[in-house]
Amino acid sequence: MKYVLFACTPVDGEAQGPAEAARDPRFTAYADEMRGHGVPRSGARLRPPADATTVRVRGDEVLLDDGPFTRSEQYVAGFDIVEAADLDEAIALASRHPAALDGGSVEVRPVWE
Amino acid sequence: MSTNPRARDVETAVADAFREEWGQVVATLIRVTGDWDLAEECAQDAFAQALDRWRRDGVPRRPGAWLTTTARHRALDVLRREATGARKLREVAVLARDDGPHDPEFEDGSEVGDDRLRLIFTCCHPALPIEARVALTLRTLAGLTTPEIARAFLVPEATMAQRLVRAKRKIRNAGIPYRVPPAHLLPERITGVLGVLYLLFNEGYVAGAGDDLVRRDLCAEAIRLARVLARLMPDEPEVLGLLALLLLHDARRDTRVDAAGDLVTLEDQDRSAWDRAAADEGAALLESALRRGRPGAYQIQAAVAACHTTAATAEDTDWADIAALYGELRRFVPSAVVRLNRAVAVGMAEGPEAGLALVAELEEQGELADYHLLPATRADLLRRAGRRAEAADAYAKALELVENDAERRFLTKRLAECRSA
Repeated sequence: MKYVLFACTPVDGEAQGPAEAARDPRFTAYADEMRGHGVPRSGARLRPPADATTVRVRGDEVLLDDGPFTRSEQYVAGFDIVEAADLDEAIALASRHPAALDGGSVEVRPVWE
Repeated sequence: MSTNPRARDVETAVADAFREEWGQVVATLIRVTGDWDLAEECAQDAFAQALDRWRRDGVPRRPGAWLTTTARHRALDVLRREATGARKLREVAVLARDDGPHDPEFEDGSEVGDDRLRLIFTCCHPALPIEARVALTLRTLAGLTTPEIARAFLVPEATMAQRLVRAKRKIRNAGIPYRVPPAHLLPERITGVLGVLYLLFNEGYVAGAGDDLVRRDLCAEAIRLARVLARLMPDEPEVLGLLALLLLHDARRDTRVDAAGDLVTLEDQDRSAWDRAAADEGAALLESALRRGRPGAYQIQAAVAACHTTAATAEDTDWADIAALYGELRRFVPSAVVRLNRAVAVGMAEGPEAGLALVAELEEQGELADYHLLPATRADLLRRAGRRAEAADAYAKALELVENDAERRFLTKRLAECRSA
């Protein structure tokens, strides 16, 4: 089965870019783990919500908002699409994601296929 | 018909088989079809057919195998009729293969036993909400109907139906595996399963005489499921520990409230009315669990319960032993409630002042601030120390926090005693 692991980070935390993550041993350990499960080139690290623009269409009007579509205590900082035999395997993978530590969380969502 | 002894025998046989085999039939059908709803439907159908066919042909030698085979054939029929998509066709193929040389009549018993374990672990998967785990366990393993489960948990039937539908949907859509977890996951998953059974039992234990029978019967269901689990996992001391704990609690069940529905403390319970058979079985199970040398939270709690049931009178209770056991339990369950229980035991073993010191420690740390049993425990220790005015204040404090009616009446009575003295 395919799952998406959403890496959720507390809004008041420090946003870590790809360059910093590459130097973080926790991320490199996770990346090694991912190699066996990751669907090729299917994941991304996202810039923080401050750089987001939310688009809505109401009638003929295109409405724009600065920021994310919902305000919450955590935001999605990145995602990975993985291939796993079942939920237990996906959970095992998510539990090794650095985002699951330190006040963050990883949401595991099955891909609707 | 009801006067016909043979018809009645058959009804009894089907009722017995339902209690014994329902979970087994559903478990196997889920494995072969991968479809929980279909499995339940076919199991139900098999039991309905049994009423008819057993009356005509007699009760089969192995009712469980008969029921499983019948349910399987039913599933095969349904799937063949509906086999339009490729997925369904695959399922039929699996089913046909399983129906071939491995006809369940001749199937190895251990494989079938494994099915039931698979079902237990899947129902209690930690990715499901706890209410759903409990409901699924009662529905698929114990065979309770949705209305019965709704009544047992005091929620509207539609809410319970929705809960079961969502849980089954999540199992399918999120890919929760239908299996006994591998060794590295097993310890925490067993703890999860035991937690569900203990919760079930406690729901029944707190039920009063005014509650629906199905709610009070939750204790019996929990014990029955714990027995099944103990049979399937005979080498897991915590499984035996839980079964022992449930039996030891259940032995005292009827003496905890009087005819008026008021609480009777352990001290004042009629020990001659305790269920000796249940207490002895619990104690024996506990002993065999402890012999394995891998203690755990349930074994220790069972040991505490056994200290009570083996004491001939309240005065004979070995409180020092109980205090030591609670000290040990803290290693497994680092909760403030365990510390409070230990305070009670220490108060009984070493005198009220020693217990009060431990209660004060909890209060200073701000633990259990909203828990009525914290001031109630302090009140009881003060009462035993003869400090009645202070005890009355503590009872009043406990009364502000208590929610359960029987407990409120008990605390009110104690408060009045302290004030009148």
